[in-house]
Amino acid sequence: MTDRQEAPVRDESAQHEAVPDGSAPGGSAQPRMGFFTDTSVCIGCKACEVACKEWNAIPEDGGPLTGMSYDNTGGLGGSTWRHVAFIEQSRPVRAPEDVPTAAQGAPSRAAAPSAEPSAQPGPPSPDGRTELRWLMSSDVCKHCTHAACLDVCPTGAIFRSEFGTVVVQEDVCNGCGYCVPACPYGVIEQRKDDGRAFKCTMCYDRLGAGMEPACAKACPTDSIQFGPLDELRERAALRVDQLHERGETEARLYGADPEDGVGGDGAFFLLMDEPEVYGLPPDPVVTTRDLPAMWKQAGYAALALAGAVAAAFAGAGRPDAGRCGRRWGSGS
Amino acid sequence: MSEERVVGERTDTERASANGQAGDGRQGGDGRRNGSGRRGGGRRRGGGGEQLMVDRAEFRSYYGRPVIKAPSWSPLDIGGYFFLGGLAGAGSLLAAGAELTGRRRMARAMRISSLAAVSASAAALVHDLGRPARFANMLRVAKPTSPMSMGSWLLTAYGSATGAALAADLAGAAVPPPPRIRLRLAAPGPAPAVGPLLRALPAVRRSATLASGALGAGLATYTAVLAADTAVPAWHGARRELPFVFAASAASAASGMALLASPPGESGPARRLAVASTAAEAVGTRLMRRSLGPLVSEVYEQGRGGRLMRAAEILSATGAAGAAVGGLLPAAARRGTAARVLAGLSGAALLAGSVCTRLGVFHAGIASAEDPVYTVVPQRERLAAAESRAKEAAAKSEAGTADGPRRG
Amino acid sequence: MPKPKRDLTRLLRSWPVYRQLTGEGGDRSGRGAAAASGRTRELTARTETADRVVDSICPYCAVGCGQKVYVKDEKVVQIEGDPASPVSRGRLCPKGSATLQLTTGSARRHKVLHRRPGAADWEELDLETAMDMVAERVIRTRRETWQAEHRGDPVNRTLGIASLGGATLDNEENYLIKKLFTGLGVVQVENQARVCHSSTVAGLGTSFGRGGATTFMQDLQHSDCIVIQGSNYAEAHPVGFQWVMEAKERGATIIHVDPRFTRTSALADLHVPIRAGSDIAFLGAIVNHVLSEGKDFREYVLNYTNASFIVREDFRDTEDLDGVFSGLDEDERNYDPTSWQYEGGGVEPAMGEREEKPLPGATPTVARAGMSESHGSGGPGGVAKTPERDETLTHPRCVYQILKRHFARYTPEMVERVCGIPPETFRRVCDALTSNSGPERTSAFCYAVGWTQHTVGAQYIRTACILQLLLGNIGRPGGGIQALRGHASIQGSSDIPTLFNLLPGYLPMPHAHRDDSMEEYLDTIRTGKGYWGEAGAYLVSLLKSYFGDAATAENEYCFGHLPRLTGSHSTYETVLAQLDGVCKGYFLMGENPAVGSANAKLQRLGMANLEWLVVRDFSLIESATWWKDGPEIETGELRTEDIPTEVFFFPAAAHTEKSGSFTNTNRWLQWHTAAVEPEGDARSDLWFTYHLGRRIKERLASSTDPADRAIQDLTWDYPVEGALDEPVAEAVLAEINGRDAQGRPLSAYTQLKDDGSTSCGCWIYCGVYADGVNQAARRKPHTEQDWTASEWAWAWPANRRILYNRASAAPDGRPWSERKKYLWWDADQGKWTGPDVPDFPPDLAPGTVPPEDATGPDALRGDDPFVMQADGKGWLYAPAGLVDGPMPTHYEPQDSPFANPLYPHGRSPVRQVFPREGNRYHPSGDEPGADVYPYIVTTYRLTEHFTAGGMTRWSPYLTELQPELFIEVSPELAGERGLENGGWATVVTARGAIEARVLVTERMAPMRLDGRVIHQIGLPYHWGPNGHATGDAANELSAIALDPNVHIQEVKALTADVRPGRRPRGPELPRLVEEYRRRAGITERTGMEV
Repeated sequence: MTDRQEAPVRDESAQHEAVPDGSAPGGSAQPRMGFFTDTSVCIGCKACEVACKEWNAIPEDGGPLTGMSYDNTGGLGGSTWRHVAFIEQSRPVRAPEDVPTAAQGAPSRAAAPSAEPSAQPGPPSPDGRTELRWLMSSDVCKHCTHAACLDVCPTGAIFRSEFGTVVVQEDVCNGCGYCVPACPYGVIEQRKDDGRAFKCTMCYDRLGAGMEPACAKACPTDSIQFGPLDELRERAALRVDQLHERGETEARLYGADPEDGVGGDGAFFLLMDEPEVYGLPPDPVVTTRDLPAMWKQAGYAALALAGAVAAAFAGAGRPDAGRCGRRWGSGS
Repeated sequence: MSEERVVGERTDTERASANGQAGDGRQGGDGRRNGSGRRGGGRRRGGGGEQLMVDRAEFRSYYGRPVIKAPSWSPLDIGGYFFLGGLAGAGSLLAAGAELTGRRRMARAMRISSLAAVSASAAALVHDLGRPARFANMLRVAKPTSPMSMGSWLLTAYGSATGAALAADLAGAAVPPPPRIRLRLAAPGPAPAVGPLLRALPAVRRSATLASGALGAGLATYTAVLAADTAVPAWHGARRELPFVFAASAASAASGMALLASPPGESGPARRLAVASTAAEAVGTRLMRRSLGPLVSEVYEQGRGGRLMRAAEILSATGAAGAAVGGLLPAAARRGTAARVLAGLSGAALLAGSVCTRLGVFHAGIASAEDPVYTVVPQRERLAAAESRAKEAAAKSEAGTADGPRRG
Repeated sequence: MPKPKRDLTRLLRSWPVYRQLTGEGGDRSGRGAAAASGRTRELTARTETADRVVDSICPYCAVGCGQKVYVKDEKVVQIEGDPASPVSRGRLCPKGSATLQLTTGSARRHKVLHRRPGAADWEELDLETAMDMVAERVIRTRRETWQAEHRGDPVNRTLGIASLGGATLDNEENYLIKKLFTGLGVVQVENQARVCHSSTVAGLGTSFGRGGATTFMQDLQHSDCIVIQGSNYAEAHPVGFQWVMEAKERGATIIHVDPRFTRTSALADLHVPIRAGSDIAFLGAIVNHVLSEGKDFREYVLNYTNASFIVREDFRDTEDLDGVFSGLDEDERNYDPTSWQYEGGGVEPAMGEREEKPLPGATPTVARAGMSESHGSGGPGGVAKTPERDETLTHPRCVYQILKRHFARYTPEMVERVCGIPPETFRRVCDALTSNSGPERTSAFCYAVGWTQHTVGAQYIRTACILQLLLGNIGRPGGGIQALRGHASIQGSSDIPTLFNLLPGYLPMPHAHRDDSMEEYLDTIRTGKGYWGEAGAYLVSLLKSYFGDAATAENEYCFGHLPRLTGSHSTYETVLAQLDGVCKGYFLMGENPAVGSANAKLQRLGMANLEWLVVRDFSLIESATWWKDGPEIETGELRTEDIPTEVFFFPAAAHTEKSGSFTNTNRWLQWHTAAVEPEGDARSDLWFTYHLGRRIKERLASSTDPADRAIQDLTWDYPVEGALDEPVAEAVLAEINGRDAQGRPLSAYTQLKDDGSTSCGCWIYCGVYADGVNQAARRKPHTEQDWTASEWAWAWPANRRILYNRASAAPDGRPWSERKKYLWWDADQGKWTGPDVPDFPPDLAPGTVPPEDATGPDALRGDDPFVMQADGKGWLYAPAGLVDGPMPTHYEPQDSPFANPLYPHGRSPVRQVFPREGNRYHPSGDEPGADVYPYIVTTYRLTEHFTAGGMTRWSPYLTELQPELFIEVSPELAGERGLENGGWATVVTARGAIEARVLVTERMAPMRLDGRVIHQIGLPYHWGPNGHATGDAANELSAIALDPNVHIQEVKALTADVRPGRRPRGPELPRLVEEYRRRAGITERTGMEV
């Protein structure tokens, strides 16, 4: 872990990844900023959840004990912008198909298969149970390169900021709710009593002030790292190599690949098991990727409809004889 | 195999717990693989329904919780919007046809129903907003990437055209009839006595009607894109077929309305359309299920979605049959009370069928969003396919790597 | 008409579609700049618009994370981590991140409340009136209960008043509380340190000379192996855990020994499940492994420990006496430790003479209460400075050989039987430790209350001390023992103690009779060698700062004013005194015993027997409202109208509303500056104590009663500031630091004199105000200095970061190795150099051998790294200082499912037990009825909550993360008892029954030991009936059974039964508990055997 200072938000160094969608002023020196969440060092303290709520003044949305390990948050939502997942495993899950696939990380690292348990095997307990794993991971909005919520938002409430992040403008959102089913990660959600949709803004206001997001700043073990996305990707690649060398062969990146279904995530992860184990989709795709095709299909359908109606009339010919007498409604 | 079975059983408890029963079985009993819930072949064991391919990759989830979020839309508002949009849009096409073929009453009836339907659909849309007062923001931007944005503009244009057509029609009705002339494509000019504005009315009516018809075709089908352009497996996976299903459903709704609202003498086209659209819808939904595959298509066959889809098919078929029968009656009999009742019932059945189709699609989508299996398994299969393709590629050329195509 | 036109164009411009069309901002798709709203463009972070930013320190645990407090319009608008802090580096845990809600949340009270005796509800009261009323109550009760003498000896005290709490308060506040109550003759002054870490002071103090952690958290990054045992580091001290992670990243092996697989285990390389209450057997076996395989760091052991010292001939070990040491008096339940001394070991030890009759219900050992802790900063008196030695370590009576024999029976097989740890796992731990110790490598131990809260708590820590001394890991970088403290200033409330048995700087409170005169007193604490030789200077300087000009050589500097002890007056004895009607008035200063102390029911019944109770807190905690909605009201055991206790509730000020210093677990004093004024009636405890004292002194100014002389002489002239007349905290700090005859601030305790020319409120803190500068407020960013960050805050003593650092160099003064270089002798300059302040006379050359007649510091040899010890050495064997044995011995917990496999004596023969109604113990081992409570319960903290919940259960952001009390059980136990995950269960002991949700998890492993499968139940203790998240209190289950050295309760290893479903309500509840007691055949004799 590096001795982290407040990551510089405005980094003039060149060769940074451009902000996607061409929505930011062209040729700006502002690099695309992002999160790298390294779950291999997460201690599940949930500081990210609290720091986020404190900074963004998000309402409490807790319920009774869930019985899901130490996770009483459940998942991301309108009032939960960081969510720490807890997964208890009685043995390292390791099968051939565990070799991470393209969607989960760069193959060079992903392709290293192994049958060794990742952590040192613990003491076999009386009934012969083996190593326990307690995976913890802080989930957050992925700030996709190709963001479905942003694409489908009809009001422009969701926009791509100059930092390449995806931000909801609560003064604009009218709560149409279209972004909710559009998100392939199930992140954004409407707040029940409020009606509007909310999600992580990567602390847009803090970034504007040159500060790092509240969650990344609080994170005690630097599991949540913030910075220029391309730098984070380099750091993440090295980290995976390092873990593989240590025999932690299940380590794989998720959302770091610009070639994946959403063009890569602005907030990506180092996971210790398959994505779905953490409640993440194994191969997310931005729905609008297929939009042109869908429009085309709709066009054909519309033409077919028109054609069918025309045919119906053509076949029908004149209205029944005898009624022609009184056209244009002259009552007489 | 036996592992698969155990896994399958775990799943059912998992599902139970996922539905909020204090999570027993999630950690209880066999606490192993706590958190990474799995399930394999026998997913439906005890749940009834057909078996899935047993060789499907083991499915794992986070405590059985959904991966994506289901839309929070109210079924009545948005399902209703789908239906009303279709009714209005296809109705305008009928109005246009009637206009052009001189079916005056039918034209007016369909203009009225379309305007009513589109107004109601707009109302439903606004009612469903979390912040209804901000409905105007729908026209804040124009985004080709957003079907809802496009739809809002379309709805605006369509609404104006339809309104204009009806207004011109009603206004024109107050005008003394022109001298008898033969029907020609151009609307008859008004009498010299009337003012130029009134003289323009028929032209306005006709052009507005045609415009409304053209836009209506779009309105009847774009809602399919609205639904398909989401991460909801049962919608996105059906993106190719859904527009046709919606178009057909719109047509049968409109024809049903025409049967109800226009004089028997003018309802011929409606009857034909009813039969054709019902057939088309039946074919469309089957194609849709096929491309969704056995897993995801479950949601169109089981649960509320399945029930509604079945009801839709029965209702539409009944309506279409009634329409056909009515159409076969001799001209004289068609004006009889029995015939009118039959037409009315058929129309109602067709409308109801269309409603069921839209609600069925809506609920199927919700169901597919609420169970992670419909999100994870297809994506896993896609990845597996990509993997094997990549392997083949690698086998073929030395250049090939494990790095396969990212998209399934 | 151009104006409307302009409006129109502006309107048009504000329409994103227009911007899309014109392509302004390069966004035609409507997904970027074009879509941004006016509000979005104007958005600014509230930290940017703040009027000021104030430096502060997190008020929760003792990691002491730096905080920045942002103030706008005199309101705190944001609190976040201070990146400059070398401790936290800007990070905060969930609690720290919730401090904005803690300090500004709606749960905080801002009005004084008053409950009349017998009243059904509160009434609001004006602050000034309330203060006057409390002053009047104190004076009245003090008069009524004053004791001038106790069996002929002067005691000058009252047992009618008690105070509890201080670990969450500032050092300055603790100083004033102790000063005022001592001046009033109140001895029953206690705080959380008693129930959390008192055994630490005894354990570390007797081993090394000081009762604080030997190192600081940042140093953990240099460890090659870290053993975390008796601590859930990652959960209880998340931000401090970053230094363990740093070590792990550098390749260190992290081992977590714990009954449960916790969030710490999840990050460790190896988790070793252990049976709760068996750690001495485990550590003792490692000691045995090291000794029997000769893996000790011989040169270190020979020169820096007492391994070679010869012990008296009449000493008998547990090996000879079936598990007890020589000197045991079975009837009195105590040891005469005379025979434990070194050969020719000088005078009698300080303790163990002149029995006095103990308090009712207390066992006699407590009569000599608390002496062990007074060695928290120095070895005990009466130990020869140069005992006989055998450099060959072969003499049968040398410490090395005694140790070897003592631990010989602690074999791997025994570890498996006692702890349930398989030999191969045990072996891995041994190898990791031994292969990572020595000249080139160092290993560290981290522990917390998992070790301290046992009837043999002090000995748990002693075992680790012995091991670390044998491995040569003390005083060296990456080594040491980190005692993880749990409250913001619990180290401070031990150093400047709100503790009954201590005066500031670990000077013992004087005992009646023995300490009639100052000289008698000093004889018992002065050592022949080392810095305790100057004890006279420390005491006289303290008395000068207490009594000012009134303190003169003629009147022994008012030594007679100090109230005298006649036994233990710990918080638990205080509760019994309340039940017995001896103690009538009670102050609770930020502590919540109704939930947080053992046997919560007795705590409440004690309070129900008071005349008056003063509660100072943020919210209405259980200790403030038990009389109207406590569990006894629900069961009908108490009726509100029958409760005579008058209750005052004073809203307390938060750390953002007052200035002061916290002492964290690094022994660092860190200053936090007031950011805003407290609202309403909320006041700092400094304000409360000062103005209460002022009122009392005014009322007694003209008194001629000799009982009032002490309070009249007490100096109480502190400057006040602001609209609220808040005492100036820095003025108090300056008094603590001390002044010379001219009133100039002192800079080191070596300047203190015993002639009355210097004053010093706490000698170990001398230097914190050096040069009149508040050294605790120093905040030079860690990025601008070396890793020891010596210019950040101030560490006691003398700003040393690693204690005993002389031991980081070989006897000849050269570093043990380049890799572990820290402090070394610079022959050219003739002084010790290195990154840290030498914990040694700076110019004392390695080879120095002092003349025989030298005393104090001058008597130190060049190879005496443990400068506070009477013999200058680390103690493998404690010839004095502990009342339960010179060496650790495995004894079973008070309530245990096992008989002791090691010795016929099951439990510590001198443990403190109180056989009274409501405090019944369980049958253990094979005793009949033991199977009624077949499971082991261990209590603990969660990351998301804090101690008894007073600072977290009212915070929505925290409670939603852990909303309900739960127990953790294994799937096997769940199956055995029919418990369902997420369902309800009831846990029952002889003291009470509570209900909790169930988490079924494999993280709880059933243990197979001694041919039995034993299940352990995890039970967090944060909950109580009040607040935003409510639940039963774990302490309804625990009993009062104490460590005789320090009177800490045993709550880490209990036995209990668990059953599915919720507990009964109303009178049914006590009936259920009674029914269990009957089935188990429990009487007042149960669990009482020696």
